[in-house]
Order: sequence, then C-alpha cells, then structure tokens
Amino acid sequence: MENLINIFVKSVFIDNMIFAYFLGMCSYLAVSKTVKTSTGLGIAVIFVLGITVPVDYLIENYLLKEGALVWLSPDFADIDLSFLSFIIFIAVIASMTQLVEMIVEKFSPALYNSLGIFLPLIAVNCAILGGSLFMQERAYNTLGEATVFGLGSGVGWFLAIVGIAAIREKIRYSNVPAPLKGLGITFIITGLMGIAFMGFMGIKL
Amino acid sequence: MNSEKEPLFSSKNIKLITEPLGSSNPITVQVLGICSALAVTVKMKPAFVMAISVMAVLAVSNVVISLIRNSIPPRIRIIVQLVVIAAMVILVDQILKAFVYDISKQLSVFVGLIITNCILMGRLEAFAMGNKPWPSFLDGLGNAAGYSIILLIVSFFRELLGSGTIWGYKVIPESFYSFGYQNNGLMILPPMALIVLGIIIWVQRARNKKLIETK
Repeated sequence: MENLINIFVKSVFIDNMIFAYFLGMCSYLAVSKTVKTSTGLGIAVIFVLGITVPVDYLIENYLLKEGALVWLSPDFADIDLSFLSFIIFIAVIASMTQLVEMIVEKFSPALYNSLGIFLPLIAVNCAILGGSLFMQERAYNTLGEATVFGLGSGVGWFLAIVGIAAIREKIRYSNVPAPLKGLGITFIITGLMGIAFMGFMGIKL
Repeated sequence: MNSEKEPLFSSKNIKLITEPLGSSNPITVQVLGICSALAVTVKMKPAFVMAISVMAVLAVSNVVISLIRNSIPPRIRIIVQLVVIAAMVILVDQILKAFVYDISKQLSVFVGLIITNCILMGRLEAFAMGNKPWPSFLDGLGNAAGYSIILLIVSFFRELLGSGTIWGYKVIPESFYSFGYQNNGLMILPPMALIVLGIIIWVQRARNKKLIETK
C-alpha cells in the first residue's frame, strides 16, 4: 500500500508529465485559455490514462515482452515482440478513446456533453502514449502499480493545465510586452511553474 | 490547362522549404510538436539525432500519405496516418538502436513519442492529404528543418550555459573556472527549456511584427 502511495505522489509531483517531460504540451497550450474547458480536458486525460496504462501493461506483459508468450506454449519462450510496442500501444490508445467515448455517451450524456469534444483529441495527446512508454521503460511489477502510475500522471497533468489556465485568465488584463503576448508569456510562466514544482524533487520516497 | 510540367525547384516549391524556417515555423508560430522538442535539448548531440529522425519520418510519411491520399476513406484517415507514422518510427527506432545505441538510450521514450508529435499529424492532415508527392516531400523537409533549427538553438544555449561545452567539446576555457565562473546548473533542468523557447519566440516576434498576437 505504501508503495502505491509513493508511486502516486511521485507521478503527480516529481515526474510531472508537463513540467518534467513536456508531454501533452500541444493541447496544454491550445486548450488552456479558460479554467472551465481545461478542467474538462484534464478530467478526460485522467480517465483515459487510467484506462490505457493498465491495458497496455497487460499487453506488454502477456504478449510483447521477451518470453511473455509462455502462457500459450513453452515453445514461444524466446520470442521477443517488443519492437511492435509502438504500433500496438497507439492502436490501443486510439481504440480505447473511441470506446470510452461511446460508453460515456451511452451511460452519462451529461458527462459526454462536457467531455465530448475533448475525447477524440486525446488520441494524439503525447501524454497518453508517453504514459504507456514510461510504464514500459520503468517496468512496474504489478497491475496495481501501473494503474496508480497512470492515474497519478493524469492528476499531475490536470493540476498543471488548470493552474496555467487560471494564470492565463488573470494575465489577460496585465500589460505584457506585445511580442511576448500569448505564446511567449505562456512558455515563460510554464517554465516558472516548473521551477516551483522542482521543489518537490527533494522529497525522498 | 497547361500541360507543361512544373520544374522541380520552381519558386513555389522553394517557398515550401524556406517558409517553415522563419515566418511559419512549426514550433514558434504554428505551435506544433513542442512535446518532444524540449526534452531532448540538454545536449546538442541528442537534439541533432532527434532532429534527423523527425526529418526522416516526416518527409517519408508525407510522401507515403500523399501517394495513397486518393484511396484513403476519409472516415478512417487518422488511423491510416497513425499506422504509416508508427511504422516509420519503428524503423527509425531500430536503426538508432543498431548504430547509435548510447544516444538512443538517452532519447529513451522520446523516439516513440515522435508518433504523437503534432507536427506529423498536422502536416499530414493539412498538406499531404491534398498535394502531390513532390511538394509534400519538400513540405516535410521544410517543416522538419524549421523544427530542427529551434531544437538546435535551444540545445546550443542549454549546453553552453549548462555544461560549458558545445557538441561535447569544452569551449569555456579552464581559466574562467579558476576565476570563479560556474556552469549554471539550472539550465540543465527541464523548466529552462521552456523559458529559453519563450525568449526565442519573443526575439522572433519583436523582429517580425506580423506574428504578434493581437489578443
């Protein structure tokens, strides 16, 4: 249990998707104009990361890894399909977002109306694929750890986008030098937020 | 209709290459592909390898999509594009692992993340789906070159100020250090990439007033 909490805190604050790895910057910059829409996108990202990372974990461990096919027949012990992981992960992500979109539409029209437009966008959000690839690289031991890592990364992304959206809503009324308006100042603020988040690096887990 | 073939390097085609370098740069103006741009810019060497990889993937997948653009059903075009890109990225990843293993280790997941690099989807969607193979090839090269330039500028400053080297060679003389000069450790940390990029955008927009955002 303690281990899971460690992974969660680490993926939210220390290995934050945006501030430490710049993943999902495209939608982070494009959608962060108001707090309301960025909250919607952030929740959708938590949702999709929480689903795709464990699914990709199962695929990685029961299909792709060297020796992962042993459960079919002992003859497959030295088959290594990990070079296929990119194409399979992206296919899983694209189909999962599609599936999630359909399920949400069917069972919760209210949620669908608030998330609807963001779900398809998420298929090409680098944070999602990044989550799966980091899961592969760091080799988590159990399904629980992978799930917690996915959810934690999603929460970290959510915090970052809601934070920047709130700052951008305020900064609209301040006097920024003309060439720095819009994109430029957003980058610099993100950098400063990143430096603030680095304060968490000192935590030993 | 004029049946005469357009020369390979007509002024229109040259423009496809030169424009992304400046006034329609994919990173600073179109805001595409920032995700992977910044994480690899601590040193110049990985940044250069990353730039070459993106160039190869973008140019070739632009050509492939442009060749098959008339037979892709519009409803599933995103999946088709992703498959083409993913196949190219797998090739690049295997080549990097075979020939420059150390750098491939440094780039870690970011080679895989070329797949979701918005530059690729953006250019395939906006250009290759509606143009012939040769202009698409040039468009791919041009946009990847614009991306590479920003990557190299950012990594130049981060490596120079952060580690005192350029391309792995020491450029700051030893005597500076004995006078008390120190490398700025902050430059190596991720947030500085964003601030350096913000400053590049500032300089570019100050020189080219047309790019300034009004709102």
